[in-house]
Amino acid sequence: MTLAKRIIPCLDVENGRVVKGVKFENIRDAGDPVEIARRYNEQGADEITFLDITATLEGRDTMLQTVERMASQVFIPLTVGGGVRTVNDIRNLLNAGADKVSINSAAVFTPEFVQEAAQHFGSQSIIVAIDAKQVSAVGEPPRWEIFTHGGRKPTGIDAIEWAKKMESFGAGEILLTSMDQDGMKNGFDLGVTRAVSEAVNIPVIASGGVGNLQHLADGILLGKADAVLAASIFHFGEYTIQEAKAYLASQGIVVR
Amino acid sequence: MQTIAVIDYGMGNLHSVGKALEHVSSARVQITSDPQVIRDADRIVLPGVGAIRDCMAEMARHQLLDVIREVSNDRPFLGICVGMQALLDSSEENGGVDCLGLFPGRVRAFGPTLYQGEQHLKVPHMGWNTVEQRLPHPLWHNIADHTRFYFVHSYYVEADNSRQVAGSCQYGVEFAAALADGARFAVQFHPEKSHTHGLQLLQNFVAWDGRW
Repeated sequence: MTLAKRIIPCLDVENGRVVKGVKFENIRDAGDPVEIARRYNEQGADEITFLDITATLEGRDTMLQTVERMASQVFIPLTVGGGVRTVNDIRNLLNAGADKVSINSAAVFTPEFVQEAAQHFGSQSIIVAIDAKQVSAVGEPPRWEIFTHGGRKPTGIDAIEWAKKMESFGAGEILLTSMDQDGMKNGFDLGVTRAVSEAVNIPVIASGGVGNLQHLADGILLGKADAVLAASIFHFGEYTIQEAKAYLASQGIVVR
Repeated sequence: MQTIAVIDYGMGNLHSVGKALEHVSSARVQITSDPQVIRDADRIVLPGVGAIRDCMAEMARHQLLDVIREVSNDRPFLGICVGMQALLDSSEENGGVDCLGLFPGRVRAFGPTLYQGEQHLKVPHMGWNTVEQRLPHPLWHNIADHTRFYFVHSYYVEADNSRQVAGSCQYGVEFAAALADGARFAVQFHPEKSHTHGLQLLQNFVAWDGRW
């Protein structure tokens, strides 16, 4: 028997509601996060990820309450990300019931924060989120760079080197999002997914671009991802988690 | 009303364990580091996340080592994850740490060169894996053999007494996923995060008289 590949529905939460847009535009309301998490839990989701895209302090408090409500009703692992900048942010989320937190921009600005977080809370609870974009021209050897601010600001940091560094700083897992693909429904960027997954010894979650079930299978079989994350294909009823799992199983992938 | 003490020694998220126990029982769940409250409880849960050296140090600082040795003799006691590892003789983690010595054996690192056949395995062992039931224990009641539970760990238990291995799991190596001895039961996986079957195990723990 082997470890199952994971399917992780991702909820973008703003002011206590699940939203989903295409490249941060045309945001649609997809409902109450706890209700949606319960539905995915019943369907056999392996974990749930909440990304807090709220900008306001009131919104942050709402998020902690949402995590608390979720954790008392849904008994599978819960990851929360978005705006995690301090040890105190992490402590608040873990105390509210999150099992893992995802650190994104704060890791880029202060890499030592990841070290501090892993030492405090253990690597198993610290995910580093990487937003990568391909920066090499057609015909050049492929190269991906880290971007911040929702994919708008380049950092000059090589994505693969960065993933290795974050592993050495104690990250327990990498959440890798292709900013070229996010919201486009054309499938994961398999090149960067495979390059990062083969460069590190910690699990890699592929994210960004899922439009159909073959994309999920490709992320695992071709991208070598340990888990696949998707949002809109599940939120708007295109596919259930069960359908996704049945499809992956039909492709020879071990699922729960 | 029966009481369940979830031992709080300052490491990580105890909310999930507490909520899951409340979900499956009507018992009073107390998250506590008070030795007296622990001694007075009907059942004890020892959770744990993080590094073993810190866990052992915090247990010692809260004067919990003898309490744990004592209460786990005579009433249902459940160790979870690092709360299981703490029950062994020692751990390789953090350069070597002495543990409680309630189960003979040691805790070892998966290490960076872990393979299953040709396939290189990532560490931590993170996700849902199957548990083979080795003993007919009351805590497996209504749980099918080879059920998947949620694991997240970089170190694993190598038990010296195979008759104490209630469940085993494969991840490059075969390791003890569950240990049983008298009133003590311990699991490497997280029942509180393992959905229906994890909740069933907790429900079985709440219903268990501590004998088997």
